[in-house]
Amino acid sequence: MHDSPLKVEAATAAGLAAVQETKRQRIRLLIRAAGMLPVLLILCVGFHFLSDGRFFTGQNLGIVLQQAAVNTVLAAGMTFVILTGGIDLSVGSILAASAMAGLTLSKLPELGALWLPAAVLTGLGFGVINGALIALLRLPPFIVTLGSLTAVRGLARLLGADTTVFNPSIPYAFIGNGSLTLIPGVASIPWLSVIALLVILVSWLVLRRTVLGVHIYAVGGNESAARLAGIKVWAVLIFVYGVSGLFAGLGGAMQAARLYAANGLQLGQSYELDAITAVILGGTSFVGGIGSIWGTLVGALIIAVLSNGLILIGVSDIWQYVIKGLVIIGAVALDRYRLQGSART
Amino acid sequence: MNDPILEMRGVSKSFFGIKALRAVDLTVYAGEIHALMGENGAGKSTLMKILSGAYRPDPGGEIRIEGRPVRIEGPLGGRAAGISIIYQELSLAPNLSVAENIYLGREISRSGMLARGAMREGVGPILERLGADFLPSTLVAHLSMGQRQLVEIARALHARSKILIMDEPTTALTAHESERLFALIRQLRAEGLAIIYISHRMDEVYALGDRVTVLRDGRLVGSLDRQDIRADTIVRLMVGRDVSSFYKKDHDPEAGRGHPVLAAIDMADGQRVKGCSLTVHAGEVVGLAGLIGAGRTELAHLIIGASPKTSGRLELEGRPVEIGTPGEALDAGIAYLTEDRKALGLFLDMSCLDNINLAVLGRDARFGYILDRDKARDRASKAFAALGIRAGNVGVTAGALSGGNQQKVLLSRLLATTPKALILDEPTRGVDVGAKSEIYSIIDNLAKSGTAILVISSDLPEIIGICDRVIVMRAGHIAGEIRREATAPLNQEDIMALATGTEQLDA
Repeated sequence: MHDSPLKVEAATAAGLAAVQETKRQRIRLLIRAAGMLPVLLILCVGFHFLSDGRFFTGQNLGIVLQQAAVNTVLAAGMTFVILTGGIDLSVGSILAASAMAGLTLSKLPELGALWLPAAVLTGLGFGVINGALIALLRLPPFIVTLGSLTAVRGLARLLGADTTVFNPSIPYAFIGNGSLTLIPGVASIPWLSVIALLVILVSWLVLRRTVLGVHIYAVGGNESAARLAGIKVWAVLIFVYGVSGLFAGLGGAMQAARLYAANGLQLGQSYELDAITAVILGGTSFVGGIGSIWGTLVGALIIAVLSNGLILIGVSDIWQYVIKGLVIIGAVALDRYRLQGSART
Repeated sequence: MNDPILEMRGVSKSFFGIKALRAVDLTVYAGEIHALMGENGAGKSTLMKILSGAYRPDPGGEIRIEGRPVRIEGPLGGRAAGISIIYQELSLAPNLSVAENIYLGREISRSGMLARGAMREGVGPILERLGADFLPSTLVAHLSMGQRQLVEIARALHARSKILIMDEPTTALTAHESERLFALIRQLRAEGLAIIYISHRMDEVYALGDRVTVLRDGRLVGSLDRQDIRADTIVRLMVGRDVSSFYKKDHDPEAGRGHPVLAAIDMADGQRVKGCSLTVHAGEVVGLAGLIGAGRTELAHLIIGASPKTSGRLELEGRPVEIGTPGEALDAGIAYLTEDRKALGLFLDMSCLDNINLAVLGRDARFGYILDRDKARDRASKAFAALGIRAGNVGVTAGALSGGNQQKVLLSRLLATTPKALILDEPTRGVDVGAKSEIYSIIDNLAKSGTAILVISSDLPEIIGICDRVIVMRAGHIAGEIRREATAPLNQEDIMALATGTEQLDA
């Protein structure tokens, strides 16, 4: 390939255009990533004024962080799933079943200390079953997880013989209600929030720093192309549903430690909706292939701030439902709007 | 000649200060087939979108239809002015019938009820005129691509369009369907329609064009009358420079002979491929020709394990290999470039960096899992330089590139695996002339370095230009093989004879 002057000129022109395109893309990515951060800040400031300064207090922020924790963990798992273009409706039920399994085990004197890993592994097990059905039998994720939403809920009730299981002396109770002291007497952070942040950090590492992470984005971006490129699509799918189940199990353990109790019927009801909302608010595309875990964190915080703020300013429980529902629709509308600007033509 | 049906005078279009069209003058007469050529990005689609009403031209220009100035506005504006466009990706609703598609947006209703019967009768004469072999009530989903194109044309005629714009209409058609389409286009010309025919393919322009207009960088650089239409003239106009030795074949076809790299023996899938064997040697470029639907892509998919085979085995460098998935094929050293880079090849939302490295991330990774980002960046930069990929940097998303650059990115992903055998399925489809010539020299260089290359292509001049040997498939079988000899170069007639089966009639 010999370079004629004309060609070089064409190359630099194309190069310039591409540089501008890259800049535009960076800005677009920035908007996508930061997308909801301004909304979060505006909500915080707004609620602070509307509640006569009761929002930005150490105590209230601690409550918000604690309330956001479990949903953040669920939403992190959901991010993996939605990035592949799937959905996991069963996380609420898996959370309940895991909490029930953990609490039941915690009452056995000799095995009690094992309740925490048991809860997490229960979640992982259900997640892997979801993933296997989706990846190996090629069933649609919506149908499979809609089925397990119901079936696992039944199992959760079965585990406690349809009663509430109590264990006031559950080991590791500190993770549910204790705080990690940062500066003695001044600043501390609830253990639940520490766990949630660790989950986000680990998720980020997996998604952005490992081969598997690129493969997850690839499967969501173009499944057929991924298969032809030599990616084991089935393994990626089992992994993401496994992660979602694992994090749901962890969420169950967090809830059990916080409440010292679990009820197979009530615990985790419709948690999947909050998790999905957090992911979509965070800018992850419902079609898959585009999104970030930090966005999910922001999304989960928005939901927590919204709940907390609406209570602070005295909005009734009923209206909270209406407002949250509208936020979900607004989030999907945003998703549509964002997709228009992407390279997918 | 008679009065022009369409006249464009000084039509320009700019987007945010960038000129996509610069003062284009285009004159089209009734009863002529006017071929429009140009590299991707030369302004063809902008021009078309102005005529269809999707874009509004910059002030200053003028468009006249049958001598009267017109303003084409909104998506229905073109149709109202008598212009219909048949796009590359057909715009039919597969879940509706032929008649419903033709009447789409202008349905006949009687007191609010859809008059299906009247609509079927309404399209009957047009379908007959076009020689359609399907009924107005047939569901479009049941039609072949060629038949769907006919429905599009019927829709245009039904709207009483006088100017028909066709954008690469043969891309998805078989050779037989293309022939029928050409006959139909000539019939429409005889009936007095003006046809603007956009194509990358020189043979089509030869076969059809009464005149050829060439665009480059938004400018009209030349119009040629029928007697002046010559490939080298058109290519020179399109790229603005001489493309010396457009097809590049410097490698020595004798060099690698006798050392078979890829051997497929008796491959079959029980449907489209019925027992095919072929061998490709090191340093050899072998063409796999045949009509669309002959089973060439299916055979390639069997070789790389993308679809399950009912019989057959593979040998790589003389040793039997078991390949069940495309991943195993890549690991063994067999890489496949898909014919459909957007649907089956690229990740349009991901960066070139990720697209290029995707197949080797595992090999490069630290501890088997952790991405080695420096290595990936280095690999992508080298690929950009080696293949001449023109994009600002390796972080640009693949979807933002032109067809030729996209193809090079996809090729880079395969080359990163350092394959022993490379199967290229329509490597230059949808790629502009300049990039085509570059891809040919990439293929040539790979052959020189000893890679065994199998090129599947429907573009016969391309096969003849770059291959040492041609294997021809017909209806799932290997119909025959033609070797390039010093005394007898490859020619289209021999290949077509094998592909269509007419050589049996001669015998």
